[in-house]
Amino acid sequence: MNIARPLKMSAALLATAMLGACATKAPPYDYTAYNKAKPVTLLVMPPVNESPDVKGTPGVWAHATLPLAEAGYYVLPVTLVDEMLKQNGVQTANDAAELPTTKLREVFGADAAVYIRVKRYGTSYKIIDSETRVEVEGRLVDLKTGEVLWKGSAFASSAEQQQQNQGGPLGLLVAAVVKQIIGTATDASFNFAGIANRRLLTPQYNGVLPGPRSPNYGKDLQKP
Amino acid sequence: MSRRFLSRLGSLAAVTLLCTACAANRGPAPLYMWDTFPTQQYRALLREGASPEEQLQALQVHAEKAKAANAALPPGFRAHLGMLHLNLGNAAEARNQWEAEKAAFPESAPFMDSLLKKLTATEKTLKSEKPA
Repeated sequence: MNIARPLKMSAALLATAMLGACATKAPPYDYTAYNKAKPVTLLVMPPVNESPDVKGTPGVWAHATLPLAEAGYYVLPVTLVDEMLKQNGVQTANDAAELPTTKLREVFGADAAVYIRVKRYGTSYKIIDSETRVEVEGRLVDLKTGEVLWKGSAFASSAEQQQQNQGGPLGLLVAAVVKQIIGTATDASFNFAGIANRRLLTPQYNGVLPGPRSPNYGKDLQKP
Repeated sequence: MSRRFLSRLGSLAAVTLLCTACAANRGPAPLYMWDTFPTQQYRALLREGASPEEQLQALQVHAEKAKAANAALPPGFRAHLGMLHLNLGNAAEARNQWEAEKAAFPESAPFMDSLLKKLTATEKTLKSEKPA
C-alpha cells in the first residue's frame, strides 16, 4: 500500500464525477402542448424585474429577441410593443403581466407570449471581488389557450470567467473597486443579460423548441 | 513515479477533451446579422442617452453593412426603424418600413396592419383638425 494508490483512486473518482456532471440530464420536459400549439410569432412581454436595478426590465427585454429569432421564430419588435402598451395605459411590466392572454392575442396577433422574470440583475460588491450577475426565468404561454408550453431558467455571472488576480490583498481590493466602477459605468449587467438570455432561450435539451424559420425545425433535441 | 504522473496527466487530458466536446455543441450558423441591434433596442427602451437621429443613423449603418454582406436583417429591425422615423415626424417613411417588415416577415402582418391602421387614423384626425 503506497501513497499513490488512494491518490489514483480519488483521481479516478473525480474523473467519473466530472463525466457524470457532463452526462447527467434533468428529466425530459413534456412538450405535448408545445408540439400541438406550434407557435410561429412570439410576443416577448416586458420582463418583471425583481432586482433593485431599474434597468433590469429594459436590459433583459432588449436581449430577448436575438436568441428567439435565431431559434426560428418571428419576434414582435419589443420597442413597438412597449409603445403600444404605454399608449394603452399599461405603464409597468407588472401591469402588463396581468393582461389576459385573449386581449394580448387580439392586440398583437401573436401565437404565444414569453414571460420573463428577472431574479437578479446587477453588480454586488464583495470584500475580495465584485460580481455582476443576471438570473432569469422564462415561460412560454399559448395566447389562444393560456396554456404554459414551456418554462426554464438560466443565469450568467462575471465570476465564471475570472482568473486568479495578482498583487496581494490590496491589489485585489483595488481591482474589485475599479471593476465595480467600470462595471456600473459601462452597464456590465447588460452584457451578462445577453448571455443569460441566450442560455435561457436557445433551443437545447429541455429548452425552447426550434421555430419554423430554423433549419432544425421539427428536429428532436431531446435525443443525444 | 514519472510514468504514473504521465498516465494521470493523460487521463486528465482525456476528461478535459470529453467535457469540451460536450460543451462545444453549438447550433447552426446565424440566420440574421445582429450588429448592435440589441443595444439599439435597449437605448430606445431606456428613452435616454442617444437621440432619435443618432439611433436612426446607427440602424442605417447596420442596414448598409447587412446589404454589403448579403445578410438578412433581424425580425423587427424595419419595424423599429419605422418607429424612429415616425418619432422624427416622417410618417411616410414609417409606413414604408412597416410595409417592408411585412414583406420580409409575412407573419408580422397582424401587428404591422394594426400599426398602419392606427397611423392612418392619426393622420386623418390631424388633417380634420387643421383649420380651413
